[in-house]
Amino acid sequence: MQIFNIVIAGVGGQGVLMASKVLAESALANGLDVKQNEVHGMAQRGGSVISFVRIGKQVLSPAVLPNCADILISFEPLAALRYLHYLKPGGILVYNTVTINPSTVASGLATYPPDVEARIAGACGSARGFDALSIAQNAGDARAVNMVMVGSVMKYLPLDRQVIEEVVRSLSKGKGVEVNLSALQGGAAV
Amino acid sequence: MKKIISGNEAIALSFGDSGGVFASGYPGTPSTEVLEEVGRLGVVYCEWAPNEKVGLEAAIGASIAGGRALATMKHVGVNVAADALMSFTYTGVNAGLILMVSDDPGQHSSQNEQDSRNYAKFAKVPMLDPADSQEAYDFVRAGFELSELFDTPVMLRTTTRTAHAKGCVEQREKIEPQVGEWIKDVPKNVMLPNFGKIKHVQVEARLLKLKEYAETTPLNRVEMGDTALGILTSGVSYQHAKEAYPNASILKLGLVHPLPEKMIREFAGKVERFMIVEEMDAIFEEQIRAMGIRVDIGKNKISYCLEVDAGIIRAAAGEVAPDPGMAPIGDLPQRPPTFCPGCAHRGLFSILSKLKVFVAGDIGCYTLGALPPMSAMHTCICMGASISSAHGMAKVNAVAGRTEKPVAVLGDSTFFHSGMTGLVNLIYNDGNALVIVMDNRTTGMTGGQENPGSGNVLQGGAAKQVDIAAMARVMGAEHVVEINSYNLQEAEAAIKKGLETPGPYVLVDKNPCILRYRVKQPIVTVDPDKCTGCRACLKAACVALGLESAGDKPKVTVNPNICNGCGVCSQLCKFDAMSEAQ
Repeated sequence: MQIFNIVIAGVGGQGVLMASKVLAESALANGLDVKQNEVHGMAQRGGSVISFVRIGKQVLSPAVLPNCADILISFEPLAALRYLHYLKPGGILVYNTVTINPSTVASGLATYPPDVEARIAGACGSARGFDALSIAQNAGDARAVNMVMVGSVMKYLPLDRQVIEEVVRSLSKGKGVEVNLSALQGGAAV
Repeated sequence: MKKIISGNEAIALSFGDSGGVFASGYPGTPSTEVLEEVGRLGVVYCEWAPNEKVGLEAAIGASIAGGRALATMKHVGVNVAADALMSFTYTGVNAGLILMVSDDPGQHSSQNEQDSRNYAKFAKVPMLDPADSQEAYDFVRAGFELSELFDTPVMLRTTTRTAHAKGCVEQREKIEPQVGEWIKDVPKNVMLPNFGKIKHVQVEARLLKLKEYAETTPLNRVEMGDTALGILTSGVSYQHAKEAYPNASILKLGLVHPLPEKMIREFAGKVERFMIVEEMDAIFEEQIRAMGIRVDIGKNKISYCLEVDAGIIRAAAGEVAPDPGMAPIGDLPQRPPTFCPGCAHRGLFSILSKLKVFVAGDIGCYTLGALPPMSAMHTCICMGASISSAHGMAKVNAVAGRTEKPVAVLGDSTFFHSGMTGLVNLIYNDGNALVIVMDNRTTGMTGGQENPGSGNVLQGGAAKQVDIAAMARVMGAEHVVEINSYNLQEAEAAIKKGLETPGPYVLVDKNPCILRYRVKQPIVTVDPDKCTGCRACLKAACVALGLESAGDKPKVTVNPNICNGCGVCSQLCKFDAMSEAQ
């Protein structure tokens, strides 16, 4: 099989790393090789976060090159636009439509582009945006946006859905098990 | 059973599986998780040191006492630990010792892009450079064997992509720790000149033996393929090179110092074009050129700056990309990291910004105070430089007749690391600076580690809490005041007093890191009838704030999902439009 490249983009604190972990563990549980990589350190301080998950028979480099991602999962609209160049021609883009102001916007130094969604649609006709926050809140916790986003791309991945669900179950604790599985299903139903 | 773990986790796991007895280090991205994971696994004793030099020295003691030891740090940490390293390379080890260092090409989270391979050459010690998590695991074990076989400290070097990238790892059979004898061996371990001279000769002889070893060790290997292109590489660059040219011939170095000269000469002789792929400095290339070996592609095509990837390697080999594809979209508002909502640094920097003082900064979350709109930090050189450099500034200001008193800002962990010696200097040499210690009871920027002021040790138990204000007083500071920067008025008054009073003046702001200690107050709300849209509150630079057009003028909004309720923004409001902090 060809290497399947996933890029996950978002904002520090949104759970991009947890989503990446779910996908990486699921790949391993599916008997595939996987490399997962992100740059953290300052990620929790509200900065941009980008994570790579590469799945295949044998994966060498941990990095996804621009124009090579099969899927771009973005937890925030501006992040989708910022990392759109990672998507290969014909690749799949799903994104959360709920915006988070960058500090530059919050402090009045810049404005949040009013036409982000139109620009995403212009650059990627098949892009699909939806309100992942509402789905997460319905599932019981606003912080489950990451599981909603994973759920929304399950059908495109070379991974079994049951395996992903098992991994989510094993990585969640207490009440989180139910919330995360419900968020995953909510995302899958989009 | 295979596990998916990062290079950092693999090093920690292998340390426990390879007879490790003692680990110490200082947090620093991307190295931090090694020691955290050793602590989490709970198999081996480990601790945080106040700085890298202390961490390495403690590990040296552990080695001398017969226990396999590990010291961890980021690249710039080796600068701090270098004093110990440069002599310990002479004495050599008793039990094996590994100095694990993480480099950060691309400067994802560092103040510079220094290449630690220079230190291996400088200290004349072997260095291992793993290419993925499995090698990170295997090289710890190999490193201890090498260390004990050649009586030398061994450096194990990762880069951000090997430290943080996760891959599959197969665990090996566990070696039970064995503690050796604790021997008084003066000629070996006392580096007086007469003993040192003898040891230097031995170090040079050791290096020659290591060169021989490098020729035959399985740590280095040739993967012969198409001879049109031959690539010499190491670390994560090997993965990128293999991805760019799966059929090319590759000489993969696992032991990156010293180099296997014969192996390289033979390899270069067999290929039409000889290429060296290395991130940052031309360490391989300079040595290989000095051997008189022809290098076709190297630093003439690959930058000394930033990371390497498969695309860069193809371009360096002369390949033209058929279609460059979509370019990054340039005109988007940046999303730099910023103070967390509720962070205690926010209040302090909004005051310093208002007072327009010169702030000598330091390394930690608070360095973000240099960014707009605060723009209230004017230098950040290295760990601990805030107080010492402010002292130098004040001395020159006195010569120039300038009356403004410099402000030094640093955190608790940085104070313990190397800020306290600067404070001693300030007091001893009759200095004139206002020192503000942001004591948030954790090493914040690296994710919230324990430190001498936090009240706990790495493995979780309670610890003596070193009191910074008491320390400053004992050092001789006459003015030491504890402040609360969430109260802007009071904190501003205290800062002004510190600026007006000549001589050393120390303020300690004791507010816990809200990210680590999960402090949350009732959220702030805005009364849209009172909000005039003046934007004064936006100077708090908090991501919970935003502007929303309502009618003719945009008004401030607070995102309830993000607001932490610290109340700094409501204190900046001049129209009483925001609810008070509790």
